[in-house]
Amino acid sequence: MNKRNHKRHSQAYQIWERFSRNPSAMLGLAIFIVIVLLAVASGFLFDYDTVIIKQNFAERLQAPSLAHICGTDDYGRDVFARIMYGARYSLGISFTAVLAALLFGTVLGSIAGFYGGWADMLIMRATDVLMAIPQILMAIIIVSVAGSSAGIIAFALTLAQIPKFTRVACSAVLRVADMEYIESARALGEPGPMIIVKHIIPNCFAPLLIQTTLSVATAILSVSGLSYLGMGIETPIPEWGAMLSAARPYINSKSYLSIFPGVAVMLTILALNLMGDGFRDAADPKQK
Amino acid sequence: MWKYVLKRLVAMIPVLICVTFLVFMIFQYAEGDPARMILGFDATEEAVAELREEMGLNDPKIVQYGRYMWNLLHGDFGTSYSTRMPVVTELASRFPNTLKLAAVSIVVAMAVSISLGVLAAIKQNSIFDMFSMVLALLGISLPTFWIGLICIIIFSVHLDWLPSGGSEGLRSMVLPVITLSMNSVAAITRTTRSSMLDVIHSDYNRTAKSKGLSKSEVIWRHTLPNALIPTLTVAGIQTCFMVSGTIMVENVFAWPGIGRLLVSATQNRDVPLALGCIILFSVSFSLINLVVDLLYAAVDPRIRASYKNK
Amino acid sequence: MMNQKEAAHAGGQAPALDVKDLVVEYRTHHATVQAVNHVDLEIPSGKALGLVGETGAGKTTIGLAIMRLLQEPPAAVREGSIVFRGEELRSLSEKEMQQVRGSQISMIFQDPMTSLNPVMTVEKQIAESIRHHEDVTQEEALQKAREMLSMVGIPVERGSEYQHQFSGGMKQRVMIAIALACRPELLIADEPTTALDVTIQAQVLEKIKELRNRYGTSMLMITHDLGVIAEVCDEVSVIYAGHIVEHGTLEDIFENCLHPYTQGLFDSLPNLEDRKAKLKPISGLMPDPTCLPEGCAFWDRCPYARGICKMKKPARAYCDDGHHYVECHLYEDGKITKSEVKDVG
Repeated sequence: MNKRNHKRHSQAYQIWERFSRNPSAMLGLAIFIVIVLLAVASGFLFDYDTVIIKQNFAERLQAPSLAHICGTDDYGRDVFARIMYGARYSLGISFTAVLAALLFGTVLGSIAGFYGGWADMLIMRATDVLMAIPQILMAIIIVSVAGSSAGIIAFALTLAQIPKFTRVACSAVLRVADMEYIESARALGEPGPMIIVKHIIPNCFAPLLIQTTLSVATAILSVSGLSYLGMGIETPIPEWGAMLSAARPYINSKSYLSIFPGVAVMLTILALNLMGDGFRDAADPKQK
Repeated sequence: MWKYVLKRLVAMIPVLICVTFLVFMIFQYAEGDPARMILGFDATEEAVAELREEMGLNDPKIVQYGRYMWNLLHGDFGTSYSTRMPVVTELASRFPNTLKLAAVSIVVAMAVSISLGVLAAIKQNSIFDMFSMVLALLGISLPTFWIGLICIIIFSVHLDWLPSGGSEGLRSMVLPVITLSMNSVAAITRTTRSSMLDVIHSDYNRTAKSKGLSKSEVIWRHTLPNALIPTLTVAGIQTCFMVSGTIMVENVFAWPGIGRLLVSATQNRDVPLALGCIILFSVSFSLINLVVDLLYAAVDPRIRASYKNK
Repeated sequence: MMNQKEAAHAGGQAPALDVKDLVVEYRTHHATVQAVNHVDLEIPSGKALGLVGETGAGKTTIGLAIMRLLQEPPAAVREGSIVFRGEELRSLSEKEMQQVRGSQISMIFQDPMTSLNPVMTVEKQIAESIRHHEDVTQEEALQKAREMLSMVGIPVERGSEYQHQFSGGMKQRVMIAIALACRPELLIADEPTTALDVTIQAQVLEKIKELRNRYGTSMLMITHDLGVIAEVCDEVSVIYAGHIVEHGTLEDIFENCLHPYTQGLFDSLPNLEDRKAKLKPISGLMPDPTCLPEGCAFWDRCPYARGICKMKKPARAYCDDGHHYVECHLYEDGKITKSEVKDVG
């Protein structure tokens, strides 16, 4: 009974409880935590100027060995150190973009779903327009005009991700808006924004959590894809896609250069997908 | 039904107008002077100013947009800054390649993934099921361009079976198609399997069995038609992903399509050409969505009924 | 094949269905659910047997086990025999069983809302069964399907519609049409009216009764509703925790029930003559089917429970007529005489 009074906590708690009993979801979480820890640790372990980007022709293009477990690149830099450091860019940009999109999308979606009418109309048509431009295309357009700094890329991805969050939030709001406790809050004269913040958003928690996890995954794919096309983060910054792009001339002779950064992307996406599946199963235990 | 199609086509127009407006305006802030780009760095200031006037670049932006749209309505996408060719000609020469790549990929992806998903569901919890689910999970986690790189390393560099680029003959299509369809195969397999399982455990599937139908009759006549409805949703989304995936794949395999054209156009700040590509992409997405919605109506009488009422 | 068998049993009073000692378990990772424990059922040819009990007593599992439609795994038929017209169904191959399902034994399911294929027209769903079992063309099958539709009271022209265009009662009529399309000898009706409105319930029951009389179909009516039993059944088996605790004719059970559980079922019905009388629900819950008690499964809810009830399973005791039986320690010693019965009542 006590749980019902703390609906918000209990829902998140229940999701976590079911999530933690799902071995593949926990594996995803574990991989993800390791990647985050490596990304954080790389800042303390490696000096950017002397390790990450400093050229060392004496050691260039060395195959993987004990000294360099992923080998060295065409400028003699340790690939593993660069991959670890690269996680900072992929994760940093993607999380910034997705959290911003989550914030804006939830607000817009709640307004559209809760108030309906012309606000709904306007917001939904705007998402239609933004959704007609896929994420990578949006990123290419904006980056080609505004330059390829991390901030600009994050902005472009935010813009591309907002519509999805708006839709998810809007449909979640529509689902709960008719429920009786919202009716009673309205009847008691609580102001609209208050009802949204206090009652509706906590109930959109699960779908938004799932969308956030999956969006981070697609954002990471876009960041690395953009860099691979030569339109994102540029060398010598050790972004994963940029590293793969730089490895392209050596694909015949030094294919390991094209493998390890991709493995890093794959593991990150895999971890996020496992977590996303886990959240989905946890939020809706009936569905299998 | 046709009324509905017409309605949807009409509804596409405002979206496309907004998309072109948005993209057109963004591109107006691109660096570089188009007139200077066309004439080259050794041209005189006067010549550049003259060309600017001639191209209407001094007009207000909204007028330029209006002119662009007016020409667009007449099938004129403008002239490429870099090649001085009409954009329409450029698009027409490249678009069939992209279409070919995407169409073959979606057909391959659907065929492979639906069979895998159905088999996995029928043999639920078998080794095959687990194996294909692990593969599918890996498949949705691989970045498209990296799949391409791995394919090149394995099939071109080490085995030397297939070319790593170009567009000559069927052989050169194999790796781009594998690369482009990999994510979709994984995603559609997962959906097919789970919707098959939902239907297999449904009451109406049991009703079908209670009539004495054999296992395969039940699956073909009852399970599959129902399970394909959610599959179709995901296939539609995946087709859109694939079209944007061509941007990556064409660049990895030097495939002469719209995706590669777009990237080089934006790198060259060739605004008319880039705009043309983007419009083509947006129209493709809208059309794919329409086709998917119509396919729904074909497989699901509930949706068919709701269209009739609209 | 069918005709031979019919001839063989035409003279005698061989039962349409004879289930003996049926045991069905559900096995999960954590536990084994003993859903059906040594159940005996006998449906006399042309008669209707009611199987009555609470939700979760294993009624549906029995129906599905007869049809061999259980989800295996987790379900598994461990023991027992299911003899249909002298033929052991459990020894049939899956292919032979497919010939039985739908043509000789049919089943109507509990929830008409989800029991019809949403993307196939209803007449095709009826015709499918006919086409499968009879040597007819698609067109003839459709024609027969339309006849079935009008027989269950649905306008023929609605046959080309889909289930979402039908109400719950109409859907259940369609299910009846599917089940009876091939004139089966045995119809298993699993709570056919539970999901329907009360007014519709009566119509559907009436339809089942009418068609059953017309075709002489034997029936197993699975329900928790004694009203339904009174309406359509000739004999009644009372099931508790996956075991038959009392069996008799309709009169035996309604006029002279013996088992405390059966009495409890009747006591928990509202009494029209004396509306002030309190309902007397059976207290407590059915035992956990993953660990059934060693003795009588009903002992901890039974007002007459004694020491022995907890320790030992009661044996079957027959009434004087040799037909009405009960499994309860109150009637342990040999045959039941009328005087003893009155003691308990």
